[in-house]
Amino acid sequence: MVQLTLPKNSRIQTGKTWPKPEGATNIRKFSIYRWNPDDGKNPQVDTYFVDMDTCGPMVLDALIKIKNEIDPTLTFRRSCREGICGSCAMNIDGINTLACIYGMDEIKGDVKIYPLPHMPVVKDLIPDLTHFYAQHASIMPWLETKTNRPRKEWRQSIEDREKLDGLYECVMCASCSTSCPSYWWNGDKYLGPAALLHAYRWIIDSRDEATGERLDDLEDPFKLYRCHTIMNCTKTCPKGLNPAKAIAEIKKMMVERVV
Amino acid sequence: MAYLTDRKRAEGMGSAKSGTLHHWHMTISSAALAVLIPLFIFTFGSILGASHAEVLAYFSRPFPAIVAALTIVVSFLHFKDGVQVLIEDYVHGAARKPLLVAMICLSYAAAGTGLFAIARIAL
Repeated sequence: MVQLTLPKNSRIQTGKTWPKPEGATNIRKFSIYRWNPDDGKNPQVDTYFVDMDTCGPMVLDALIKIKNEIDPTLTFRRSCREGICGSCAMNIDGINTLACIYGMDEIKGDVKIYPLPHMPVVKDLIPDLTHFYAQHASIMPWLETKTNRPRKEWRQSIEDREKLDGLYECVMCASCSTSCPSYWWNGDKYLGPAALLHAYRWIIDSRDEATGERLDDLEDPFKLYRCHTIMNCTKTCPKGLNPAKAIAEIKKMMVERVV
Repeated sequence: MAYLTDRKRAEGMGSAKSGTLHHWHMTISSAALAVLIPLFIFTFGSILGASHAEVLAYFSRPFPAIVAALTIVVSFLHFKDGVQVLIEDYVHGAARKPLLVAMICLSYAAAGTGLFAIARIAL
């Protein structure tokens, strides 16, 4: 049966409360998930207090401040700090999003930060995305052609290029897939919204010549049809994309082939 | 399992090349039920509270009997497909297949029983 409770070694305990910054008047409380694979302990939630008068506006600013000034052992991924690389995806205030573009003014009360849900944790806020990336690779995220390569480039009309808008912007942050209950329960076989959005991006690319093979590969009760239009993916996408619509479009194409 | 590559794990046994017809059948039965359920409520509701003899006479007429029969058959076919998805979602391991078989049998049995009851009244 599906696992509804956390295994014993994943149950979260109360962690350390770090001292408040001295002399600060504008303080905000942060509750952050911590887990160290080396100490053999259960995960815990540490409490930090950040002086907001000397902190940037985004959640990532606060995390960097905590790491620089309070606790250098706090571990998280980050790179571009402007919503392009997708590294800093985490669960903030109950929503999967990118810490670098999620403003703290959007959060009421304490800031609660956890790693992306239902993924193995490498350390603290870092999930193991190995399987997620392998699933992305399995949909062949590149242009597949059979015609001999043209002398210059593969040409595409403006109208056909516009069909890729709302798809190519995906930064593979995994916020959508890890917000999807179907991916939680059957993530080993269900490709999840991110991989399926990418699959659709190549299916409708006018230059791609492997549409049939791509649809063949997706026609599976688990790879594609675990999507039950729950829409968490679309609700949570930090880039404002609509993976649920992309999946629905794939299903429509599948039916078009059969009926 | 420890020595499988990430790609091998992601690919699994490949595509089953099925699922679209299941999805199509569920779409069709959903659309059919969107019409049948209001008709059933309307026909069944109009005779609710009447005497036994009146109900027998009412369901021996073609329209209420056909609506009731179609509602029962389509509902249980829809139930069969829906519960299959539910079991595939939540039941993993050895229990999955026996449970699927049991629920499919139950769906057909319930549809057959309903049809028999309608036929017995109508004919």
